[in-house]
Amino acid sequence: MADLTIDFCGIKSPNPFWLASAPPANSGKQVQRAFEAGWGGAVWKTLGNPIVNVSSRFGALDYGSTRVMGFNNIELITDRPLEVNLKEMAETKKLYPKHTLVASLMVETKEEWKEIIKKVEDVGSDAIELNFGCPHGMCERGMGSAVGQEPKVLKEITGWVKDFASIPVIVKLTPNVGDIVEPALAGVYGGADSLSLINTIKSIIGVDLDNFVPYPNVGNASSNGGYCGPAVKPIALHFLGQIARHTHINVPISGIGGISNWRDAAEFIALGSTSVQVCTAVMHHGYRIVEDMIEGLSDYLDSQGMSSVMELVGKAVPQYKDWGDLDLNHHTVAEIDEDKCIGCQLCYVACMDGAHQCIHIPGRSKEESFKAGHEYMPDHVPDRPVTAKGGTPGARIPFVHEAECVGCNLCSLVCPVPDCISMVEKRRGPDPETWNDRIRKGTDFVPGGLDATKRAHPKMSG
Amino acid sequence: MGHAPFSLPKGRLEEGFEDKRPRYSDGEAVTEANRCIYCVDAPCINACPTSIDIPTFIHKIATGNVKGAARTIFDANLLGQSCARVCPVEVLCVGDCVYNHWGREPIQIGRLQRYATERALELDRDLIKKNKRATKSGKKVACIGSGPASLAAAGYLSLMGHEAVVFEKRAVPGGLNTTGIAPYKMDAQGSVDELNWILELGDIEVRTGVEITASDDGDGQVSAATLLQDFDAVFVGIGLGADSALELPDEAGAGVYGAVELIEQLKLDPQASLQGVTRAVVVGGGNTAIDIAHELAILGVPEVYMAYRRGFERLSAYDHEIEWGRTDGVRVRVNAVPTGYQRNPDGSLKGIVLADAEDGKAKAGTDKLMECQLVAVAIGQARLTGLAKVFAGVELDAKGRIVVDDATCRTGHAQVFAGGDCVNGGKEVVNAVEHGKRAARAMDAMFSK
Repeated sequence: MADLTIDFCGIKSPNPFWLASAPPANSGKQVQRAFEAGWGGAVWKTLGNPIVNVSSRFGALDYGSTRVMGFNNIELITDRPLEVNLKEMAETKKLYPKHTLVASLMVETKEEWKEIIKKVEDVGSDAIELNFGCPHGMCERGMGSAVGQEPKVLKEITGWVKDFASIPVIVKLTPNVGDIVEPALAGVYGGADSLSLINTIKSIIGVDLDNFVPYPNVGNASSNGGYCGPAVKPIALHFLGQIARHTHINVPISGIGGISNWRDAAEFIALGSTSVQVCTAVMHHGYRIVEDMIEGLSDYLDSQGMSSVMELVGKAVPQYKDWGDLDLNHHTVAEIDEDKCIGCQLCYVACMDGAHQCIHIPGRSKEESFKAGHEYMPDHVPDRPVTAKGGTPGARIPFVHEAECVGCNLCSLVCPVPDCISMVEKRRGPDPETWNDRIRKGTDFVPGGLDATKRAHPKMSG
Repeated sequence: MGHAPFSLPKGRLEEGFEDKRPRYSDGEAVTEANRCIYCVDAPCINACPTSIDIPTFIHKIATGNVKGAARTIFDANLLGQSCARVCPVEVLCVGDCVYNHWGREPIQIGRLQRYATERALELDRDLIKKNKRATKSGKKVACIGSGPASLAAAGYLSLMGHEAVVFEKRAVPGGLNTTGIAPYKMDAQGSVDELNWILELGDIEVRTGVEITASDDGDGQVSAATLLQDFDAVFVGIGLGADSALELPDEAGAGVYGAVELIEQLKLDPQASLQGVTRAVVVGGGNTAIDIAHELAILGVPEVYMAYRRGFERLSAYDHEIEWGRTDGVRVRVNAVPTGYQRNPDGSLKGIVLADAEDGKAKAGTDKLMECQLVAVAIGQARLTGLAKVFAGVELDAKGRIVVDDATCRTGHAQVFAGGDCVNGGKEVVNAVEHGKRAARAMDAMFSK
């Protein structure tokens, strides 16, 4: 069985699964129950000067029959007295010395930073996470994402903290920026030992159309909140990849954003995270989900022949490239498995209206096909009845006109039958060639565009 | 003490049976798993006699962690493969799914369990063996009978570092799981495959053709005293005895079978045939009755009747089984009680005499012959009280069931444990597995003292 322990800035954690700084890590009892369930670490709900919260605070985005695909909150940092949190942190660390306990902090002045760092170090915190990400409420007071969006300020405060702290410092980044690399570099240049991302995304989760108040309703008004949950995972992965591949960013990263199961976690780790933080999935299903995460990740590592989760860290980073470095000669075409197709024609309509009109319904005359919207016809459209188990009687298997297929994946994405449509490689040329290669060779010109562009292109105008 | 896997003769009638609930594909399983709302304190867990953590294993299927799903199942029920197919889920886990009360289709827990266990063992047949306790205790347990109770006990004992020897009177091991499951649910091969997989856990030996006796240690015999001397503990999982008969004149002879005996013949004997049977009558109103009736109907007997002496409301067979049987052609006659048989001059069966019944009793003057070529009597099985009593201190209740402590399955003899049908009088495979598990855990605790 693969070793799940991680080394994060010198901190040994029993596994990479940490609770994110959020309601599930609000109190000692909660964090202790989480550790009992199997969580390897917890980032305590952000400490600072206590605040006042509103009611209600959360909103969710459902999709079809899936509840809480996205989640939004306007809750602020901890509303409990600092001393209470500190006492419970000390108790927790004493009971679970091998688990990772991170103090998330958010204060304003240099003096405040100095005082609070001393306090959290005294209770045995393993690391400090700087909450430069909260995009609601706190940012209106010049904290949270207001700091994360100003690289200069971020760097300066990180510097203060580094001066005061003797334990590792993690800078938590906000995704509410144009280029994540700027604040990430500012953190690193400020001395951060680690980065964590993403905090929540500024959002309005929806609008109540009966009373015209956005959600969540607070006395017939609402405010923008922080968006998280499974829906934000792709956004988080992008930001993670951006900083993981940056040559000047070589600190461990704690990945956050929609992680709900072992597979999500493995993806974040492969794209450069050493630890992963989870909130929404726990708020939805409870601490118990960690059992599947530990077991699933361990089995996955075994299946990959990896003896430690540390071997997985960053495995996918080299394969994350700029568009200009992708091979233009790589080409795929869709192939429909005759034994699986149930004849629903969803691939046909998606291709007709959303792609390149290369999927044909058998049994039509040429005229009917042109009328339906095809511009190019194959010589022959084979008429194959659906024979798959569970198929629609009398339905026909759609036909992919290979010469017209651009290999976009759309049909395979909308097909409801697992593994029915696969994308088969049909290379355009034996050797790879990228757009950046063409720029270097001066062949980066595609005919059919603007005259002004053509005149300006060195090869074409010369 | 490894041995070659057990196998069954080819050409058995049940090999031609269609799998009525085939295994889910990966996609089907994930789709169904995602319907489960992952309840906490879920009623399905409470409904499962082995308390499988059903929402957790389904959640694991949904995340693609199919091996983890199988571990969750096997931890609670080592015979999770056969239980997935033979459990009356409609009255257990599926019947208690929260969706029922909500007016939605309940989660297909049995089918998901079948998917998880079979798929995971395809990926890694040694999945469970890998978690076997490394240190061997040197303790040995004799299991009498090789049905689900004994196999569960032997399997869990093996995983906890102990040895087990399973004694089976018949040539074919597996008990009722091999000989008595309606083939449209699981054929005997399914039972034998599962048994072979449990044997691969190691430190389990199955000795077939061995009878346990009170005091004889002859050829093919082992006495109770020898067992107690040679083993650190004994698990009695002997099931039930022969089919009870109606005890009516002309019952003995061609065409009249005990139901369990007939099911076994149809499943295991390649010579078994129903040629010439155009009408069959099954006597009884329980689950064994509907099983054999349903099986006969599927095997092509044109008319199959179940004759039950009381009204519909008293049928003890599960409603879903009756309904399922009816869709395959089984007809149910209630308030009909057998009063005799008629035989042709050559001794072959002419038919069964049925009288109208009131409150289960025949009404005088209502006898009527129902011509048929086959009668299956499904009115219960005898208790193997003699075998149970060979161990001093083992007590039986008024119904002939072995008395055990509920938590440990320990009998009145400190070294002797018991479980399965011989304890509960005849319940499901899953109940037997739970007994085997409890006994194994109790023995482990006893050994480690």
